Amino acid sequence: MRKRNAEVRLSRARLVLYQALLIAALFAFWYLMTEPVFISEASAKNTAFFFGRPLQVMKVAIEWFTSGKIYPHLAITLWETLLAFLVGSVLGLGVGLWLALAPTASALAEPYITAFNAMPRVILAPIFAVWFGLGVLSKVALGVTLVFFIVFFNVYQGVKEVSPVVLANARMLGASKRQLLRYIYLPSATSWVFSSLHTSVGMAFVGAVVGEYLGSARGVGYLILQAEGVFDINTVIAGIMVLTLFALLLDAGVTEIEARLLVWRPKTAETETL
Amino acid sequence: MESAAATAASAGDVVPALAFDRVTCAFAGRNGGARYVAVKDASLSVGPGEFVSVVGPTGCGKSTLLNVAAGLLAPSAGRILVDGAPLDGINARAGYMFQSEALMPWRSALANVVAGLEFHHVPRNESETRARDWLRRVGLAGFEERYPHQLSGGMRKRVALAQTLILDPEMLLMDEPFSALDIQTRHLMENELLDLWSADRKSVLFITHDLEEAIALSDRVVVLSAGPETHPLGEFAIDLLRPRDVAEIRLSRRFIELHEAIWRVLKSEVLKGYAQAKR
Repeated sequence: MRKRNAEVRLSRARLVLYQALLIAALFAFWYLMTEPVFISEASAKNTAFFFGRPLQVMKVAIEWFTSGKIYPHLAITLWETLLAFLVGSVLGLGVGLWLALAPTASALAEPYITAFNAMPRVILAPIFAVWFGLGVLSKVALGVTLVFFIVFFNVYQGVKEVSPVVLANARMLGASKRQLLRYIYLPSATSWVFSSLHTSVGMAFVGAVVGEYLGSARGVGYLILQAEGVFDINTVIAGIMVLTLFALLLDAGVTEIEARLLVWRPKTAETETL
Repeated sequence: MESAAATAASAGDVVPALAFDRVTCAFAGRNGGARYVAVKDASLSVGPGEFVSVVGPTGCGKSTLLNVAAGLLAPSAGRILVDGAPLDGINARAGYMFQSEALMPWRSALANVVAGLEFHHVPRNESETRARDWLRRVGLAGFEERYPHQLSGGMRKRVALAQTLILDPEMLLMDEPFSALDIQTRHLMENELLDLWSADRKSVLFITHDLEEAIALSDRVVVLSAGPETHPLGEFAIDLLRPRDVAEIRLSRRFIELHEAIWRVLKSEVLKGYAQAKR
């Protein structure tokens, strides 16, 4: 056992090393293709126009954080993401529970939900901008339409798949209709919401950034839009990288929350190393 | 077979705790198929404090009978009498132990046992104390915070038993509760059930396909016919002395005699059920 664990750990360390090497190689390639080291000054300038220069990109990113210029933009983007995620999840949970428990309503709504889900909802962004203005609300609205369906379908499925035995057992233990909803359907559906958490947080982020990109006065998407307007490719890439970094952080946060809230979920391997 | 009323009369004019009065259960066939009559004209009764087992071949509608008694399923015809009164809706006087996993996987053992009291709005402190006490009584002290997936099959059954008994139901409906357990754990659980039962003599309707289990536990064994249109074929009073040890009593002569007598009735039904399943 011990030996195998050690092997696993070793290969894991090696894996991380290789992953680091991979990204380093990518950056080195990028650097060599955009700086006049091996290639001529003219062609370096040419490629740099399209792909930016890694050191310049770093400089922009570091400057953003040291000067603090990025924080209000980042804060607004994260705030939009959070709002879109919360509102979308609550709506999805509520509507999902309701439709799953009301067969008539769900039969009535079914074709419309399918249609609305099939529609590329990003094109709603201009309409939301008209309805809610260029502020936070229009981005949240876009994010909500993206998050809602993920959560909704998961909850709907979750409620449909509540074990009939668990349900019958709760009824025999004296649960009323409301108690069934609160103590059986809701926890069961919530676990499905959590399993869709990674996707829905990502979608909320997409909603916020795309919304900003299509029209705003603040946010990381706005920064990217501004830079693109003057062909400042370094800043565009720096913006993309900051967004990626925060997307990763959000995802890690979700993993943490998930691990805390879904302790009751069976894991495949339960043994601990002694 | 005598009607429920007649059985009650034979038990000394006591109103039975639970009586099936000519119960029929028919299910609509899928996709407009033929109607399936799972149970037909079934009458049987459980006296107050009596332990009655129902045995029958697999797939004969035993669980259907129990679901009807629990009020989870309304009979197509006939009625259920609880202490002489017709049952409408869930049978609130009964505790039900299911064959398959019925614990809430998102709740710890303690929270699962507490559930029934929580549904009945018992204050948190009191219900937790009682739940801890029940977990101790079923031998699970120290396992309060474990989730169902962290417990073994036998432990989960104990939690389910505590979950059911904490509400102190007047009658227990048990649907092959121990069928998924290995034989040793099963004997342990059966003995524990008998201990708990002898303490306050609830009426028990115990469903099983295991004749030995039925004889070892019960006061009376009812044999069901093979499905469809299942109905009771015969009843056997089990006059073995109590307290019993379920493992030891199997070796007694009286047990073997009873087993032979009941098996004679059951065997042809099992073969019939087997032939139907093969078709």
